[in-house]
Amino acid sequence: MVTEAAFDASRAGRVRFRRVSDEYRPYTLVAELTYRCPLRCAYCSNPLDYAGHTDTLTTEDWRRVFREAEDLGVVQLNLTGGEPLVRDDLEALVEEAERLDLYTNLITSGIPLTRERLAGLARLGLDNVQVSIQDVTAAASDRMAGLRSFERKLEVARWVKDLGLPLTVNTVLHRDNLDAVEHVIALAESLCADRLELANTQYLGWALVNRRALLPTPAQLEAARAVAAAARARLQGRMEVLFVTPDYYSRVPKACMDGWGRRFIVVTPDGLALPCHAAHTLPGLVWDNVRDRALGDIWRDSPGFAAFRGEAWMAEPCRSCDRRAIDFGGCRCQAYHLTGDAALTDPACSLSPHHDLVETARREALTPHTVPPLVYRAARQPART
Amino acid sequence: MPEARPRLAAKARLRYDRKSTRYMLLYPERGLVLNPTAADIVQLCTGEHTVEAIVQRLAEKYTSQPREAIAQEVQTFLDVMAARGLVHAEP
Repeated sequence: MVTEAAFDASRAGRVRFRRVSDEYRPYTLVAELTYRCPLRCAYCSNPLDYAGHTDTLTTEDWRRVFREAEDLGVVQLNLTGGEPLVRDDLEALVEEAERLDLYTNLITSGIPLTRERLAGLARLGLDNVQVSIQDVTAAASDRMAGLRSFERKLEVARWVKDLGLPLTVNTVLHRDNLDAVEHVIALAESLCADRLELANTQYLGWALVNRRALLPTPAQLEAARAVAAAARARLQGRMEVLFVTPDYYSRVPKACMDGWGRRFIVVTPDGLALPCHAAHTLPGLVWDNVRDRALGDIWRDSPGFAAFRGEAWMAEPCRSCDRRAIDFGGCRCQAYHLTGDAALTDPACSLSPHHDLVETARREALTPHTVPPLVYRAARQPART
Repeated sequence: MPEARPRLAAKARLRYDRKSTRYMLLYPERGLVLNPTAADIVQLCTGEHTVEAIVQRLAEKYTSQPREAIAQEVQTFLDVMAARGLVHAEP
């Protein structure tokens, strides 16, 4: 008879991944299966030179990466891209993930997909489907996607629920759709979404090119935040409502990726193992390819992963800041793309000596201006602004 | 409600973690590391057992605890999980 075990349910569930004592343990593998995508969203987080990365990993490469990741402690698998559905070996990959008991989340535009294929993926053990919906009307959504896709996305979202799969709806928010956030919530409710991600655009990759067209005013953001908060309270227990603040409007930087090389591994379509989606856009860092080295070796001692772990790399004001173990200095990619130095404090931080770069962008958003045309994601790189 | 039959939400899945030797409750982009008693409760959230039956099972296992205390802890835990949308209570 068991009598010794303490009964302590009240404390259960308070421990989130980020607070687990294991300082460096990856819980999530972000598998960017391809950079190809039928959509051309003007805020795509893929690198501007995505089209140059064509030497994609094989099915067997990915299976091995999943096994090595699971062995390192990974329990969550995000199948993403580009558009993961353009790979015809997605079934084999989901099957391997299921065998490894990973929580598998398909992050998709829903294009191209048939109900039969989705049903097959559900049978193979897919755990969650996240469908992106760009806006609340066909005209606006298709305009941002650069492709007629809105009606089809709604159909895909309904299939997800019909097949008994949990549904996350993801809408990237920006100047043109923030005022419609109430309708985004209503749309997600009508689709019986289990989870709604209202993710404000972060200004990296293609979004940085289009910042002038996408950055909202503070009033827009505050109004949307209030609507989201009310919906979260109203829908508690039924639909989880997340509202991700844009870095440009938070006084302190976000803990990007929960810290560099702490919780996440991103593997790019051509096999680079990275701490975040855009780390390979930082100059001077050397990245290992999963074809050349075991993932565990890369995680433990590749110079790229080591570069911004801990605090030794930090300059002031981070070095002596009370928040340095909370936000880890913010986003390295944002620091580089705004200041030219990846080791500086994220300029989103109000204490950064370069915070004026963010303030200037915010001021521009407030000044009435003709919104420039969107630069769509395309194989040819846009000129740097 | 003691007669409710809690069931794990479709988006949530229990997984044993070799590294921490604990159960984890996984859901999109997140996870909770459960202590052993929380894992015992979640394993019984199948939609078949009433809250009362779950309390009964745990009372048999954790005999050093008064049953009323267990009942209260189980209900509090299930309320927190329901608020997070991780457990649904079916009548």
